[in-house]
Amino acid sequence: MTVAARTALDVASRVRDPELPVLTLADLGVLRDVVVEDGRVLVTITPTYSGCPAVDEMGADLRRTLRAAGFARVEVRLSLSPAWTTDWITDDGLRKLAEAGIAPPSRIGPRAVGPVPLRLTPPASRVACPRCGSPRTVELSRFGSTACKALRRCADCAEPFEHVKEI
Amino acid sequence: MSFDNAYESLVDHEDAHWAFGTGFAEPLAGVDREIPDTLDARDLFEYCLMLGDDALVLSQRLAEWCSRGPELEEDVALANIALDLLGQARLLLTRAGEAEGAGRDEDALAYLRDERDFRNVHLAEIECGPFAGGDFATTVARLLVYSSWKVALYARLRSFADPVVAAIAAKGLKELAYHRDHAAQWVVRLGDGTPESHERMRAGVARVWPYLAELFTAHPVELRLGVDPAELAAEVDQVLDAVFAAAGLDRPDPVPAARVDGRAGRDGVHTEAMGYLLAELQHLHRSLPGATW
Repeated sequence: MTVAARTALDVASRVRDPELPVLTLADLGVLRDVVVEDGRVLVTITPTYSGCPAVDEMGADLRRTLRAAGFARVEVRLSLSPAWTTDWITDDGLRKLAEAGIAPPSRIGPRAVGPVPLRLTPPASRVACPRCGSPRTVELSRFGSTACKALRRCADCAEPFEHVKEI
Repeated sequence: MSFDNAYESLVDHEDAHWAFGTGFAEPLAGVDREIPDTLDARDLFEYCLMLGDDALVLSQRLAEWCSRGPELEEDVALANIALDLLGQARLLLTRAGEAEGAGRDEDALAYLRDERDFRNVHLAEIECGPFAGGDFATTVARLLVYSSWKVALYARLRSFADPVVAAIAAKGLKELAYHRDHAAQWVVRLGDGTPESHERMRAGVARVWPYLAELFTAHPVELRLGVDPAELAAEVDQVLDAVFAAAGLDRPDPVPAARVDGRAGRDGVHTEAMGYLLAELQHLHRSLPGATW
């Protein structure tokens, strides 16, 4: 890897997610590729959800940051495949979420290929309270302030908290 | 780079923000965008319109609940679901434009086509609330039927001959499964609730039931592409029966809505509600072409 490519990767890796600013795009697992070709930086990112409104902001932040670091020509591409899942969040990312009071998602592993089974009851609570650590938490709302989060409450310390839901 | 305040980042006009255009040089990079030789480009265009219009029109319907939800959390939930569908619609209409090869992008297809050129099924467009002709129970009944159908379809489309549609389906499938489970939980809660909620849930299912048959009626384009929706019926039935059993609801008798000379949404023949829906969806862009804010 050339010095320029390494620098571009370092700079792009430090850009933060607009909606979860405790994470970098690299922590979130949406930064797929950074390539330098003929003095031009090609960055590939993937959306978390199809309609994620933060994607445009991510692209703008990447262009701005890389230009400020001296790369005059920056192109940001969107890649859909393979689709993002919460398993793409790095271990470091999970730790940073927990430290910020946001319950991180559990690891799900490879998805089944066949029909998607119906789930009629909310998943059994395995989400520990990020404040007091209690395992007794309940889901208040399956959709939180952003598409990727649900809202929960701790039955012990009674505090509400956000949970990056597994997808 | 972060900004000291949100306004500062919004007024950076180097990128096309918010209203129109994604600002991405290549909106669908990473998958091969050539139209496969095995597919007829015109058929692919028509099929992407069908899928994209379903998502766009239901997204518009769900967005009507904004600030009218029965509770704050559900208001947010319906808006989030609408946003997922809008994202799917944008990708599908972009792909439709590529397949057509006439220079139309997602915005041209969403805002500048007239009613007869829309290919969505009637289920997506009918009034199910918050306005006259429905209520929240009707809305979740529609969402259950729509997402159960799409989950079955998108699961199969993951191996579709067009790699772009396959990638969109693989991505959208996880979202639709979440929407389906959310809707199913509401149908159970309302159906298995009070006499009032049970009756309204029953009425909601009855309201959307006549539009079920169209979901499994193949259009010639679908048959030529090898994606016969009739093959989805058994899987969808199984899901709906499981939900109805848990909700204490009876499966209504099939009474399909009438077709016009054999035609329906996939042929561009729509219900009365569609014109009003499009008027609201399209009027800003048509009154002020290229508007941004």
